[in-house]
Amino acid sequence: MYRSIYTDRRSFIKKMAVLSAMTTAAAMFPGIIFAEEQEKGIPEGANLDWKKAPCRFCGVGCGVLIGTEAGKAVAVKGDPASPVNKGLCCVKGYHSIMALYGKDRLTKPLVKKNGTYVETSMQEALDLVASKMKETVNDHGKDAVAIYGSGQWTIPDGYVASKLFKGCIGTNNVEANARLCMATAVTGFLTSFGLDEPMGCYEDIDYADTFFLWGNNMAEMHPVLFSRLLDQRLKRGVKIIDFATRTTRTSMAADKSILFNPQTDLAVGNAICYEIIRNGWMNKAFVEEHCNFSKGLTKMGYGLEDHYKFTDKPEKINFEQYKAFLEDYSPEKVAKLSGVSVKDIKYMAAHFGDPNKKVMSFWCMGMNQHSRGTWINNIVYNIHLLTGKISTPGNSPFSLTGQPSACGTVREVGTLTHKLPHGVVMNKEHREFAAKIWDVPVENIPAKPTYHTVEMFRALDRGDIRFMWIQVTNPMVTMPKLKRYRDGAKKEGRFIVVSDIYPTPTTDIADVILPSAMWIEREGMYGNSERRTQYFEQMLEPPGEAMSDTWQLIEVAKRLGYEKQFYYKEETHVEEIYNEYRRHHEGKKHNMAPLEVLKSQPGAMWPYVDGKSTKWRFNAKYDPACSNGKDFHFYGKKDGKAIIWQRPYEPAAEEPDADYPFWLGTGRVVEHWHTGSMTRRIPVLHQAMPHAYVELNPGDAKRMQIRTGDKVKLTTRRGEITLPASVNQRGVPAPMQVFVPFFDENMLINDITLDSFCPISKEPDYKKCAVKVEKA
Amino acid sequence: MPIKSYLAHPHTGKKEYLIEALSNIEACEVLPANNEDVLILVTETNNKQEEDILKEKLERIPSLKLLAMVSGFETPKNE
Repeated sequence: MYRSIYTDRRSFIKKMAVLSAMTTAAAMFPGIIFAEEQEKGIPEGANLDWKKAPCRFCGVGCGVLIGTEAGKAVAVKGDPASPVNKGLCCVKGYHSIMALYGKDRLTKPLVKKNGTYVETSMQEALDLVASKMKETVNDHGKDAVAIYGSGQWTIPDGYVASKLFKGCIGTNNVEANARLCMATAVTGFLTSFGLDEPMGCYEDIDYADTFFLWGNNMAEMHPVLFSRLLDQRLKRGVKIIDFATRTTRTSMAADKSILFNPQTDLAVGNAICYEIIRNGWMNKAFVEEHCNFSKGLTKMGYGLEDHYKFTDKPEKINFEQYKAFLEDYSPEKVAKLSGVSVKDIKYMAAHFGDPNKKVMSFWCMGMNQHSRGTWINNIVYNIHLLTGKISTPGNSPFSLTGQPSACGTVREVGTLTHKLPHGVVMNKEHREFAAKIWDVPVENIPAKPTYHTVEMFRALDRGDIRFMWIQVTNPMVTMPKLKRYRDGAKKEGRFIVVSDIYPTPTTDIADVILPSAMWIEREGMYGNSERRTQYFEQMLEPPGEAMSDTWQLIEVAKRLGYEKQFYYKEETHVEEIYNEYRRHHEGKKHNMAPLEVLKSQPGAMWPYVDGKSTKWRFNAKYDPACSNGKDFHFYGKKDGKAIIWQRPYEPAAEEPDADYPFWLGTGRVVEHWHTGSMTRRIPVLHQAMPHAYVELNPGDAKRMQIRTGDKVKLTTRRGEITLPASVNQRGVPAPMQVFVPFFDENMLINDITLDSFCPISKEPDYKKCAVKVEKA
Repeated sequence: MPIKSYLAHPHTGKKEYLIEALSNIEACEVLPANNEDVLILVTETNNKQEEDILKEKLERIPSLKLLAMVSGFETPKNE
């Protein structure tokens, strides 16, 4: 026994040492291959069948090759043919197949009877789900049933969910967890350009001279893309500027790290615009030809109360009015508020202002999980529009995604309450268009959106929603102010169905647990951050009675009497669904590549026109949808012009005060993917990061006599939690701020976070609430 | 018992020599990249003294251009 522990511990440490070196090497030499290490797990003499797939984890959408033998996935390596990652993988990607084989994989449906779960057959479980849905609709109305899905849904999963609930049952109670991470990016794009998703692509990295990371810890969250930035620095001497509230691995690798006080990015962004105009760096010709100016409502509130509603009222303004508005945002005024020096504000503005520099902005949760998230998205677009640094190779404002198909499924299929695959439910023509393809009466699709995610869980608590089907997501870890929503879901008279691959805190609240087929155990497609749709075939049999989420939904739809609409055959349903889905996006603005193209190459970017992916939208040189005869055409807006928005600074919903004097921000770590339900079952990743912690500023820790490992109690107005301290370890928060990762279901930080959200996008702000910090 | 990992950069055209030289040292494990001129070196020694001796030995390898430490772990002897 002693020897065994010795060997395991030593080998584990060696493995960690090798992984650290591989990660560093990968950052320096993107595409570097250590075949010996990567193929170590492959059985000797194995005759592997290698097939391509997009990675299961984040929204970068790395291409991977999966080696299977005798019905088991035994190896994974980066796909050198993929233009996304060029053969590279991050630490999670290299271990992705191990997530298929956790010991507690769900293989049989479980039905709760008298407080305990009883195994049943899939057919019986699906019968029960269908009958409960029917019963709930009869007793409480159509809007009493809801589905809550995910950016990990494949495109067919989300498509059939939307078709069933919106088209057939007739409720807009369709939401997905991307509301918690990407909804703000959507409203940012829609308000500024009228169409969602980035205009550029990852290839911009090869052309940009300066990279601005807006509250974006790319080194941990998107390590493969970050390695491409570092590679460009080695090759071309590009600059990386990290603009954040906390010092991270990204800050340490950046050429310049600039810290700002939480929420004040709004003011700093406006100060950059002020400087651009004041110094004559504005691209006048571009702005005059391609931009309008608008302002919206202010003091919108924070959505803290049930039934909160907000609709912006845009009002056109002119350049002079916008310029006058910016007078409040001189670097001198903003420096005091933001903690960013005048010199640093001018330094940032000068990078945008230099006509010889191409600039790429990246952001993710820092800007999106923000109580004024749509505004800060608009402000970053303002900077790019004012300087004309947009829609050309290397000039690219680029919002990154955290899930493999947040774009492909949630944003493009439209699995949000107000959305349809093409357009929105509020638009009669869009409803008619969807109804025709779905083969349902147009009256079936309600014209009003119902609940966004936070309000959906509030409705469940109130009893307005009685039945909720949750697929491939873990809201009982991720919802802010979690306790309310957990207690609400457990109330009498609620029926919860959860489809997943492992037990989670969300399956704990379920009445029925359906075992799902994971990733390459079924066929599907994901859509990544750069509008790239990638196909994967079924490579493995799912365990036990596990079934794809798509087919679970189809089976229930048929039981509800919608055989006509769900005509798909089991053997060919993914192809049939994708072909039907493509019809929603026909045309030069969003055409999707045919399935045979997706099967033959590592994905294709929409709009896919005349056999080609479109790399830079709105630029007539690259985008066949441009039709105004000019260099650029922002065709998402009726007059073809993008909007520069007047958006002020406003404080966060809850700021530190005498009782709760620290800021609390939450986030992720490189080892774990989101709530850790998969990566915590991969031993090497779990051992590398076994539990959550609270990061403190070293000065605060010293004053409070707290050392790494000491227990620290965090208290907010929602509750308290105790975690081990981390001082001067991976990340270093600014003074009077603490950071906690949310991956650990045993230390649920969201029990104490606040459910404030951006009034426009309805996306919660997980980065800012007030907290009291004490040594426990 | 220190375990350390390094990125070892060979002089131009000397990658194979470097792999051979490092592989011949008992405390060293080598993992060469297949498509770049760099290799991962993992060293495992019993104590600081052995570590220092090894370091000197490494510095004398003619094909080694640069050794950059990436991670270091100090594990107790009884583990």
